[in-house]
Amino acid sequence: MNQNELKSLKTTAAKIRLGILEGVHAAASGHPGGSLSIAEILTYLYFKELNVDPKNPKNPDRDRFVLSKGHTAPGLYAALAEKGFFDRAELKNLRHVDSFLQGHPDMKIIPGVDMSAGSLGLGISSACGMALAGKVDKKNYRVYTVVGDGESEEGQVWEAAMFAAHYKLDNLCVIVDWNGLQIDGPVAEVMNPTPHDKKFEAFGFHVISVDAHDFEQLEKAFEEAKTVKGKPTAIIAKSVKGKGVSYMENEVKWHGSAPNDELYEQAVSEITEAMKNI
Amino acid sequence: MAEKIATREAYGKALAELGEKYDFVVLDADLAEATKTLYFKKAFPERFFDCGIAEGNMMSVAAGIASTGKPVFASTFAMFAAGRAFEQVRNSIGYPHLNVKIGATHAGITVGEDGATHQCNEDIALMRTIPGMTIINPSDAVEARAAVEAALNIDGPVYMRFGRFAVPVINDTPNYKFEVGKGVELLAGSDVTIVATGLMVSMALEAAQMLKEQGIAARVVNIHTIKPIDKEIIVKAAKETGAIVTAEEHNIIGGLGGAVAEVVSENYPVPVLRVGVEDKYGHSGKVPPLLEMYGLTPEKIVEKALAAVTLKK
Repeated sequence: MNQNELKSLKTTAAKIRLGILEGVHAAASGHPGGSLSIAEILTYLYFKELNVDPKNPKNPDRDRFVLSKGHTAPGLYAALAEKGFFDRAELKNLRHVDSFLQGHPDMKIIPGVDMSAGSLGLGISSACGMALAGKVDKKNYRVYTVVGDGESEEGQVWEAAMFAAHYKLDNLCVIVDWNGLQIDGPVAEVMNPTPHDKKFEAFGFHVISVDAHDFEQLEKAFEEAKTVKGKPTAIIAKSVKGKGVSYMENEVKWHGSAPNDELYEQAVSEITEAMKNI
Repeated sequence: MAEKIATREAYGKALAELGEKYDFVVLDADLAEATKTLYFKKAFPERFFDCGIAEGNMMSVAAGIASTGKPVFASTFAMFAAGRAFEQVRNSIGYPHLNVKIGATHAGITVGEDGATHQCNEDIALMRTIPGMTIINPSDAVEARAAVEAALNIDGPVYMRFGRFAVPVINDTPNYKFEVGKGVELLAGSDVTIVATGLMVSMALEAAQMLKEQGIAARVVNIHTIKPIDKEIIVKAAKETGAIVTAEEHNIIGGLGGAVAEVVSENYPVPVLRVGVEDKYGHSGKVPPLLEMYGLTPEKIVEKALAAVTLKK
């Protein structure tokens, strides 16, 4: 990855972070922590990896993305808006009664959303279905899904993992956002689902571990995933929940609460400052 | 004596037959032998996928397949399709209104020997509460075959309810026509209407015969589509016969009886008495004594019909 590209991706990630904060602040609710932790992953997917076209969002040959951890919709919406699926000005209408931007992704009314998701554990299974359909129809598209580390406490995640490996879905890439926190506290204390790498490996996945905020590592991982034949890939992405906003980083509280005006201003200025140094 | 065929048998054969004409995928959860999707598996192995004993995953996988534009049938027992996987059906399939056809077999008490854990008397009630879900409960093999093809031509989710037990074929007539959402008047009558679904339809016809011997002219209406329900035929029956008895192999709460009572009370209130499983769990046993035990008999329909007639104003 050359420096210009890296700079451009970092700038986009910062814009997505601003979009997340704008939406959550305007809604006075939503999930900033786990949206911020996947800002680089979403950026890499939508601006480097996915074969998608905002002008033709239903193209049957497109790559698919399922946000299995659907509560981090503010991140997805900010990425979709940045990519041009809808006007960025819509983000401030997040969760409003007259807006199409639902609290969790809704494929029927939100341009660019490939699967309604949010009830944890369901999205990864639907991603498996998309990948299987691609095999049946001999299409070359790939399917990506982001699963939360807390989400992986749901048994269905492992039913899906079993299914993906059984049907050799090498067109499927599961990304685990390992941010270490869930509503009731640290994931390791609430109900420890780790180690994800060994578990996915035991389920028959090709496993790659990365720093979720490092674009060069993400590039290497996603490129490697495309070379794997006969098995799905799991990218275990170690992340910082609330990444980019000092008071939100690694704080459980910001899993599902919105900043007040003052804290919002602080967050915006932190990210804007950081953007200047990219 | 009419030929007897289980509706699950007709379902499996219909899938194998329609697989020639339509491009769809079939999923099962380790019950292909029992749900009869086995016939499709044999005919189109490249389009059949066993999901193993993981019904929740199967429903969400089905949603993913359907999202790419390919219709998909997902089959398992009613208990696991509507019960175990309710939330996946609601959120993965129902909410995005995806083209998934749920083939739920072994519905109701006629599962028999396996007993209460596998006798699902709640599925219609559960599925009725999902917006946009079409629910079809065929009365015999002919109707089951027709329902499968009709489901393929519906844009959206469909829940089809099939039985394990062989039931009389009653629709093998030259003029038989299946229309989703349209009830069928099988017998004219003016004193009371028996509105039945599934295997209770043939019992309703027997009951009408018994009532005729007592001088009561009972109309018999087959409601194969429980949602969207045929309001017109029900309101007409309420107006013209003044009393209704519903008959279903399902809990009397929330199923056909509930649906008919809702239509009648909102449009033309007349007495509605319900024959069905009276808010109880099932029991192991051979099917005939079980039907007696739970009051799913022509005699019970007759009893309720006479009671309904006396309630008429």
